[in-house]
Amino acid sequence: MGAQLRLLRRRIKSVKSTAKITRAQELIASSRIVKAQMRMQAALPYEREITRAVTGVVSNASSVDHPLTVAKENPTKAGVLIVTSDSGFCGGFNANVLREAEALRGLLKSRGLDAIPFVTGRKGVTWHSFRNRTMGGQWVGFSRKPAYGDAKEIAELLIESFKDENGIDEIHIVSTEFVSMLTQNVVVKRILPLEVEETEASESDVIPPYFEFEPTAADVLESLLPRYVESRIFTALLESAASEEAARRRAMKSATDNANELIRVFTMQMNQARQAEITQEISEIVGGANALADAAAGKE
Amino acid sequence: MAKLRVGVVSPEREIWSGEADMVIAKTVDGEIGIMPQHAPVLGVLVEGGVLRVKREGKGDLVAAVHGGFISVADDEVSVLAEVAELGSEVDVAAARDALERAQASIEADQEDADAAIEAKRAKARLRAAGEEV
Repeated sequence: MGAQLRLLRRRIKSVKSTAKITRAQELIASSRIVKAQMRMQAALPYEREITRAVTGVVSNASSVDHPLTVAKENPTKAGVLIVTSDSGFCGGFNANVLREAEALRGLLKSRGLDAIPFVTGRKGVTWHSFRNRTMGGQWVGFSRKPAYGDAKEIAELLIESFKDENGIDEIHIVSTEFVSMLTQNVVVKRILPLEVEETEASESDVIPPYFEFEPTAADVLESLLPRYVESRIFTALLESAASEEAARRRAMKSATDNANELIRVFTMQMNQARQAEITQEISEIVGGANALADAAAGKE
Repeated sequence: MAKLRVGVVSPEREIWSGEADMVIAKTVDGEIGIMPQHAPVLGVLVEGGVLRVKREGKGDLVAAVHGGFISVADDEVSVLAEVAELGSEVDVAAARDALERAQASIEADQEDADAAIEAKRAKARLRAAGEEV
């Protein structure tokens, strides 16, 4: 009987220490979300301005046939940038991204395109190397706190491969979009070639002003587009970092909740076991005393 | 007189925003001065340039701007810099140090393009801080 009691005590102790760890992880993640969100906010003005500038150039320059905007004829290969996290403990975060990437791969295949994965984040890299998939590029070590330099490095490789005759013909990005603390969605976006939308300008729309270019429209576009791609990748990395922490916070919260539930159940079982032990001891004593009393009565 | 609304942004943060009377930047074609009512312009900035924002009643705002763009439309000036630093934020000693190191590697290897850019950046940072180079 004592054995069961001891066993339960030991389990409660171990679950309690696990709960302490997951609770700490949850708190760490919560404070990191705020920081990641602040970084996202700080990057917003640049992204907004650069998008405006690109819109300005593309809608002003009458003939936009920069290699980065024109879709190649007969595309054969597509680069897919998959943004995952470096560390685990974040629930379905990476699984969701990788599932969406697989779906995109199937979609591209049905269009006759080979998908070449470019992966950031240790989890995604491990996933791909375990399946012996060749990666066009891999980057690890910055999923929690991406710097602009990281995005630049990725963009350079992608653009280089995009410009190459035998390289990739399209660039897609699979990442997690941070909607709110509770909602994060996996999104698939095509970043290259840029989609030049011919929209009818409604009267309420502000018509972009007619720009003069220094030195020429083509030169401006030449240096503007890579910056635009970098900015898009940087935004994706930042959103993914915030989403990762949000996913981790949620995963750790449910782990802590589950641990507390286990502790409650175990404590109840332990109390029952202890009570059973006491009851048995009493009945043994009473039984023993009765037996002694009976024996004494028999002698007399 | 109308004022310019100026924003200096880098990918990682907004460096400065506010009103100004004149903005002087260095594009690959040469220096460009923007005053209110300027025609819309989109220019490519040089590596290691100095941006000067003239404000009435206050001192000039000077920043070292490395690469990027300037876009002007409707009295709104946005400077998109890959890397930018306000003159007041520049660590002069560190910039001098960087300049010396870059110049040393240029002397060792004339073809060193990275060092040349590094030297330009350091010079721009020093100029932005008001130091003589």
